Order: sequence, then C-alpha cells, then structure tokens
Amino acid sequence: MTDSCHEPTLQPGEAPHIEVRDLTMAFGDFVLQRDLSFSIPRNSIFVIMGGSGCGKSTLLRHILGLLDPAAGSVLLDGSRISGLEADERQAIMSRFGVLYQSGALWSSMTLAENVSLPLEEYTELDAAEIREIAILKLAMVGLKGFEDYYPAEVSGGMQKRAGLARAIALDPEILCIDEPSAGLDPISSKRLDDLIQELRDSLDTTVVMVTHELPSIYAIGTDSIFLDAETRTMIASGPPNWLRDHCDHPTVRTFMTRGEGEDG
Amino acid sequence: MTGPRIEATRGPEGLTLTASGQWDIEVATPDAQAVERAVTSLGPGDVLLYDTADLEKWDSGLLALLLRLESIASDRGAKVDRRGLPDGAGRLLALAESSPAREDARRSEEKAPVVDRVGTAALDAIDEAEESVTFLGETTRALGRFLTGRSRYRKRDLWLLVQQAGAGALGIVSLVSFLLGAILAFVGAVQLQQFGATIYVANLVGVAMARDMGALMTAIVMSGRSGAAYAAQLGSMKVNQETDALVTLGISPVEFLVVPRVLALSSMMPLLTLYSVLMGIAGGALVGMAMLDLSLTTYWNQTLGALSITGLVGGLFKALVYGVLIALAGCREGMRCGGSASAVGDAATAAVVSSIVAIISAAGVFAWVFYVLGI
Ligand SMILES: Nc1ncnc2c1ncn2[C@@H]1O[C@H](COP(=O)(O)OP(=O)(O)O)[C@@H](O)[C@H]1O
Ligand SMILES: [Mg+2]
Repeated sequence: MTDSCHEPTLQPGEAPHIEVRDLTMAFGDFVLQRDLSFSIPRNSIFVIMGGSGCGKSTLLRHILGLLDPAAGSVLLDGSRISGLEADERQAIMSRFGVLYQSGALWSSMTLAENVSLPLEEYTELDAAEIREIAILKLAMVGLKGFEDYYPAEVSGGMQKRAGLARAIALDPEILCIDEPSAGLDPISSKRLDDLIQELRDSLDTTVVMVTHELPSIYAIGTDSIFLDAETRTMIASGPPNWLRDHCDHPTVRTFMTRGEGEDG
Repeated sequence: MTGPRIEATRGPEGLTLTASGQWDIEVATPDAQAVERAVTSLGPGDVLLYDTADLEKWDSGLLALLLRLESIASDRGAKVDRRGLPDGAGRLLALAESSPAREDARRSEEKAPVVDRVGTAALDAIDEAEESVTFLGETTRALGRFLTGRSRYRKRDLWLLVQQAGAGALGIVSLVSFLLGAILAFVGAVQLQQFGATIYVANLVGVAMARDMGALMTAIVMSGRSGAAYAAQLGSMKVNQETDALVTLGISPVEFLVVPRVLALSSMMPLLTLYSVLMGIAGGALVGMAMLDLSLTTYWNQTLGALSITGLVGGLFKALVYGVLIALAGCREGMRCGGSASAVGDAATAAVVSSIVAIISAAGVFAWVFYVLGI
C-alpha cells in the first residue's frame, strides 16, 4: 500500500453514511476481495472502480445486504445491515434504490407499472397518486410519453433510464447504480450523469456507483475506491481527481489515464 | 413530527399555496380538494405563488401534486412563480419539464372497429400459416443437409439432447405408463368379470398399449417435458440475441438448433414408447395377479398371443411422427418468440398447446388410415 493512493474524504468527526469494515467477500473457498475498509460520506457520489470481474457488482450486493460477508461487516448509519432477519431487511431495503447492470425491468409490465410497483409495496398512496408520481419520475429521466410502453419496445438506453426512474421511485436515501453507462452513447451517458448529479443535489441522496466511464468518474465522482483483481484488495481510495494526480500505483495510473500516462 | 399540510390563501399578489410539515413518500398525501378548487378559480393575469417557510421535508408526492395544480393554473391562463419553493424541488420540477413529451410516443387507447379487427385477425392467421410452412420447408432442407453430412451442428449438443429426451424421461414415462396399464386392466376386469372372461384383460391391455395408448401417453408426457423445454431454450436464446449471433456467423439456427432437437426427440420417442408398452403390460399384470388371481405366466402368454408385430410396429411409427410434431412445435414457438422474458413463458405455453393439438389430430388421422388399411 502506497500512501500516495489513499486520501480520506471524511472530515474528522463526520459520521459516514455507510461504513465497510474489514470486509472479505468469498464464494465458498474462492476469495474475491479481502480486508476492504472504507467509508461512504453522506450525500457523496461514491465510485467503485476496478477491472472486470474484480468483484464490484458483488461489493454492491454486500452493501445492499443481499450477500453475507465471509468476514467483516457493512454498517448503515452505524448499525450492521448484513445477516438481518427478513422483516428487518425489508424495512432497510426501502431506503435503497437500485439500478441493476442489466436494467432488470420486469418485462411483463409497462414502464409506468415498473415504477409504480415499489410505490404500491411501500406506500399508502392511492392508485391515481401512484400513477402521477410514476409519470413524474419517468418525466425526470426524459421518458415522458413512454409510460405505457413495455421494456422490450424501447431502446437499451431508455430501459436504463426507466430503471433509474424505478430506482428513485421511493425517494431513496441511497442510490446504488451498477454500470449505468454500459451500452449507452456518450450523449445519453452525459445526460444520465447530469441526472444522477441533479438527483443527488436536490434529494440529498447518497449515490454509490460502479462505473468504468472515466469522463463521468471525473465529472461527478466525489469519492472513490479502486479494487484490484490480482492482489484481491483495495489499492486506492480518495477523490478521483486527486487519485489521478497523486496515485503512483501502476494499475491505478493505467486505469485512470487509460494508459496514456504510461508511454506518453 | 408534524403531518403534511397544504392550503391556499388569496392575497394582493395572487394565490399563495402554503405547504408545511413533513412530506414523506411512505405517508399518504393530505386531501387537496380545497386547494384544487381554489386553483381552478384562477383566471388570466392571476399569479400562483408558493410559501414553504414551514416545510420541514418534501417528497415526490408533493412534486406530483404541485405539477398537477400548476397545469390546472396554466390552463386557466394564470402565471406560476416558483421562487417560493425549496431549491431542489424547483430544479426537479424543471427537470421533469425539460424533456418534451414525445406526442407520437403515446399509445392510442381507442379500439379498432369490429370489421378492422376481424380483418387483421384473418391476415395474421394467413401470415402465421405462411410462416409455419416456411419453417417446415427450412427444417426439411436442413434435415436434407444433415443426411448428406453437410450440416453444421455440435455432436456434443446432439448427444446431450438425446440423453435428455431419452434416458432423462424414463422415470416419468414409467410412472404414467404403469398406472395407465393398471387402470386399463382394472376397468376391463370389472366389465369382463360379468362374462367370466377375465383372462382377456391381458389382450385388452396389451393391444391398447401397443397400438395406441403407449405412443399417445408418451407423446403427451414428452410435449410437456421436451416441447416446452425446447420453446423456452430457443426463446431465451432469441431474447439474448444468441440466435442473431449464430446468423451473423453464417450458421443457420434451424440447422444448428432445430434439426438436432427434431432428431433427438424423434429417435427417442419409439424407444420410449416400446418401454412404455412394457411398463403398461407390467401394470396390467399386477392388477391381473392381485385382483383376478391370474398367474404371471398365464398373463404373459395371453399377452404374447394377443400382440401382433404389425400392431406394435404401427404404434412405434406413430410415436416417431408424434416426436417430430412435438419437436417442430416446440422449436417453432421458440424461434418466433418476442423480445422479453414473459414472451418466453408464452412460447412454452403455446408449444405445449399446439403440440397436443397436433398429436390428437394425428392420432385421429392414424386411426382412420389404419382402419382403411385393415391393420
Ligand atoms: N453467485 C456467484 N457464485 C460464484 N461466483 C460468483 C458469483 N457471482 C459472481 N461470481 C464471481 O465473482 C467474480 C466477480 O464478479 P462481479 O462482482 O460481477 O465482477 P465485476 O467487478 O465485473 O462486477 C467473477 O469472477 C464471478 O465469476
Ligand atoms: Mg459487474
């Protein structure tokens, strides 16, 4: 570990929104990552970086409490969220909004119904109000007029945006996003970045995002960690722009400059 | 915690909407009818203002409500002044309005007139029939290529399919056939006991299983087991664009996916049917021994005397045809599957329904042809 690759962003005395302590992730005997420790500040856009297959999506699933740690723990506002009973977990899940890597829209429901389902499950609103909110959320992501389309009838980028509308249906406290720009053109992906930033600013959301897109990492990321597939641990943490300028770990350098800093 | 409230007051500057308390998405929004009436009374030149000094927390429910009230106000020609809203709320409302609605995107709700719908249904039926014939033609041609050794497929896949359609189905076929043989024997025994001709139970079970019931029951079991599986496999490959990936490689999905399935199922069906006939006879024998005090050898000899080679071969031939029909129905429904996961479920359902219809129709045709031929 080189100190030049670790820059704490949490102010002294500031309580983290989410804290990961000595987390080891494993599938059976196969250890994916060990000894991860980091804090996600409130209202930050926290980026998880690393090569394909190093365990970024798996880390997200641990943060969501969907997988139990092999060792260590994940704390939300200071209390453990792993290994909870089903009903305790249910209460916590409504504080999270998730956009899955593949969109994961329910294909037998229209876009509006997709956004409505979490509202029907978790709120006491009546059908008309739910529909109104669903339309509002779809409008926020630029899908006004597409409420009654089925997922298979719209493009991949639109499915991603509809997935985001579903993720923010309950005004979540924490928004987890897995590779939002995968498969999107630069313009759509810029729009998505703006949208995420806007949602963070206006709803006071904490955003945890897995992405490879350097432009969006630098544009909206306020804090980040870097997972390494070879050493199977976290090799860098800090604001992305700071890491680009200071971190001298070769893997991180290559990633953050797309290899241009190496031979240029 | 103070509950969410909204009210309207008229002042010199215009109509002021005062939102206060804690608005939380999980709590029902307050009744806004009075406010809505007040907003409806606005006219051109009026102004709609906001006062959110006592608003502790706001949510999307408030935003959706405000959006509705604002659209009523602007329909009446009133102006909206959003300066009184919290920063974030104003920005989110602006965001929701920033992307124009795609008017052409909205679905037309109106239903077409009856004549239209009948016409469309008829045209669809013709298209579908045409597609079916095309599919049949493609499959036949691909089978031809297979027989001449020019077909592209993976031997391993074919072998796996043969295993699944053959050995994999033994359990369920045993169970169904054994019980069917026993039921036939039981029903027959009750009738034949009246004439004291109980030994003919063996003839009844043996002939029925060999000529018709063995093939028919095996076919119905296999349409639920393999036909549905083929539709689901091919359907999800379609959804994942795996079939497109084959086409772009220059490999025909019919050759690569359909032909091995047709071959696997149609070669295994006669074998399964032969097995089913034996299990049926065993079921009949059990009833014969337990209920009618027949000995196993008597029962077996009586069965052998009743069975004819032509009858058995006819039964196995029917099984072969049923196998082809089931595999074709399954693969065809899979190949025309739409682009979503629910479409895969629909394809599996359609595969089972159409293969059972095909099996029963074929059984009817066979019964007539065999009668005319005197077999
Ligand atoms: N349920 C699982 N069981 C076993 N291994 C898994 C499972 N899910 C993921 N993996 C493995 O974990 C590794 C990391 O996966 P993932 O977190 O999806 O990577 P990425 O960083 O690309 O998102 C991969 O090698 C994958 O094969
Ligand atoms: Mg991933």
